[in-house]
Amino acid sequence: MAAMTANEINAIEERFPQVFRRPLHKRFGPLLLVAGTILYLAYALWFFSLPQVLRESHWERLPLFLAQWVSYDLQPEFRLDQPEITPKYPRFSALGENPNPDWVLKNPDGTFTVLIDGPAKSVTFDKTRATIVANGQTVQVSLTGGKPVIAGPVPNWITAHDDEVVARMGFVGEVRVTVDRVKVRKRFLGWANFVFDTRSPFFGKSPSEVVSLILSGPELKPGTSNLALAADNIWNNAQWQHGDVWTKLLQTIVMAFLGTLLGGIVAFPLAFFAARNITPSGLLSQVLKRFFDFMRSVDMLIWALFFTRAFGPGPLAGSAAIFFTEIGTLGKTYSEALENIDDKPREGVQSTGANGLLVQRYGVLPEVVPVFISQTLYQWESNTRGATIIGAVGAGGIGLKLWEAMRTNSNWANVFYMVLLTLVVVFVFDNISNFLRRRLSRTIHDYNRLQAEQG
Amino acid sequence: MTSATLHTNATRVTADAWRRQTSVRRLYTALGVGLLFVAMCATMWFADEANAGHFFDRLPHLLDFLSWLIPKDWNDVWRALFDVASPHDTGTQEFNFPLGRVYVRGGFYVPEYFELMLTTVNVALVSTFIGFVFAVPFSFISARNLTPSPALRLIVKRFMELLRAFPEIVIAGLFAAIVSIGPVAAIIAIGLHSIGALGKLFYEINENIDMRAEEGLRAVGANWFERVRFAALPQVLPNFMSYTLLRIEINVRISTIMGAVGGGGIGEELKLSISRGFGAKTLALVLLLFTTIFLVDQFSAWLRRKLVGEQAFLMSA
Repeated sequence: MAAMTANEINAIEERFPQVFRRPLHKRFGPLLLVAGTILYLAYALWFFSLPQVLRESHWERLPLFLAQWVSYDLQPEFRLDQPEITPKYPRFSALGENPNPDWVLKNPDGTFTVLIDGPAKSVTFDKTRATIVANGQTVQVSLTGGKPVIAGPVPNWITAHDDEVVARMGFVGEVRVTVDRVKVRKRFLGWANFVFDTRSPFFGKSPSEVVSLILSGPELKPGTSNLALAADNIWNNAQWQHGDVWTKLLQTIVMAFLGTLLGGIVAFPLAFFAARNITPSGLLSQVLKRFFDFMRSVDMLIWALFFTRAFGPGPLAGSAAIFFTEIGTLGKTYSEALENIDDKPREGVQSTGANGLLVQRYGVLPEVVPVFISQTLYQWESNTRGATIIGAVGAGGIGLKLWEAMRTNSNWANVFYMVLLTLVVVFVFDNISNFLRRRLSRTIHDYNRLQAEQG
Repeated sequence: MTSATLHTNATRVTADAWRRQTSVRRLYTALGVGLLFVAMCATMWFADEANAGHFFDRLPHLLDFLSWLIPKDWNDVWRALFDVASPHDTGTQEFNFPLGRVYVRGGFYVPEYFELMLTTVNVALVSTFIGFVFAVPFSFISARNLTPSPALRLIVKRFMELLRAFPEIVIAGLFAAIVSIGPVAAIIAIGLHSIGALGKLFYEINENIDMRAEEGLRAVGANWFERVRFAALPQVLPNFMSYTLLRIEINVRISTIMGAVGGGGIGEELKLSISRGFGAKTLALVLLLFTTIFLVDQFSAWLRRKLVGEQAFLMSA
């Protein structure tokens, strides 16, 4: 393509003034919008004092928390100031009452070796000195001088405090050495005691042992079959609280289901009176529409707080909150669907002399039922997601349990377990809702098409 | 056989077939409704059992709890809102209005509630902004007709689904442990959710655009970025804006809820006020929340109407 001459450019500019010479406010509108947004963001930066918040934040905790979601650690402690060195494990350790892990070795010469990640990352110690091995380096720590002293240069993965030497070995754990004790933290991938907790007689047994015990073993607890005992142990697992978690999850599902269903049942007749083309009274329609607006705009949170106060915390309060909000949402969408219908079927039924109810049943309902069902299923789906949040203010369900587990800052694996369950529930209910929507909201056109396909 | 009997026969066969069909359908409908009814009763029973107070025990007291909402003196609502001392002050927290003041300069103050409401609205605005900024590029990557690579499209799509489905309070709780409890954790949580929610709406718009402009740019050798910028963006921007404004409305509500679980803003005060039974305070807060939500809704509806035009607005509403 040949380059354009100045004349040609001018000619084009004159032909399309609306493109090249736009009014000022249109030309600079986007620029002003961007400038306004930047100004607002600067204001928000100041308003939330973001620099300070970021300065005081602990981003190094994020990988730590995320690691805790999928792993657990064991923290044996060895007292050196006693006559004999013995490993001690915290109460409620994941290893149960008689811990004897194969990664804690008592050597023939009286020293202990803890294998944190095999021999490559380990610590060997007695009362006089400790030998820390990691990252291909061996570090000797002498414990005789009243404080731990490192012989030779200090590698960067070791921090030497006045009275403590801390060796960080990455994800697998760390070693803390003082004069009177050695503390080891060893991290394992996975969740400990997920099936049986340490109090259970099935604890620490391999799956095949458990199966054979259940099938043919002697009764571990007289009067109860082993199968019932195992089920009870799993359900009441103290650490993972499977029973409680699943019940709370069921409460969340129930809240969404019940709230949406009841909301739909109440909104259904009201929508007919709110639809301008069906109800003869304009006043009634306006009143109902404002009523729907009110129910919707009083937030689900406020309803939840009111009902928790009225009924006490629990799924009843949550269901009621969703129910009240849904009257507004579904009432609005139902009445809008009714206002968008084709009037001809209604007129046809009317012309046969049918009464009001019959007109609605045969002239209106077939047209709107698919839309109603589809809208209700959408709301059901979105409430299943939303019910977790109002749960956190006491309206029942998994929300409060999640919030409490996070506030303690220690049970991150439990948090992840509950999050996974919630995600599975949301995923499953999305799919159920999609499937039902496809199946139930087939219009007459779809039927005709299907009939044609089947011949 | 005469044609008349033939005719009646045909009618009878058709009528029988119709009757059979409808009876089967009616049976299915009845079964479905019956199942739904049983499920409803069962879940009602379950919810009632699991609740702290039972429905029929509490029902007579339902209006008791409403009665504390009605203040002895209606003027207390205004006093609570604007932090003016109440003559009914008994030294309890119920009437300690003068404490909640934010002094701007000298004796000029903003009532604390207005500041809290401002926090809530700002949380919503900033998190919607975060959502918008990330959702726009994500939506172009995950639109079937515009995507630069199908593999990338699937990854981004799944990622956005995850962001949508992840419970907000979990993200808020996680970040509360990092940046401390407060509005910033709420912004991150709501912002991440908005990315997922807006991204989905945006890519559905992208998939419905007129592709001729894109073909034209492709013909002159424009790269992916230029095609998106000059062919797709001008077509979809009004709709993007419209959905973003809708999102602001939703986010104002969510940020109120986040506030109630420690995300700062009006939610926390509201929760405390309701759970402690402060009638006038609660009414003042609800009034404030109402007015704000109403204003945000009206403003965003007005702006949306200007952006996408009256006709399109009615169609999409």
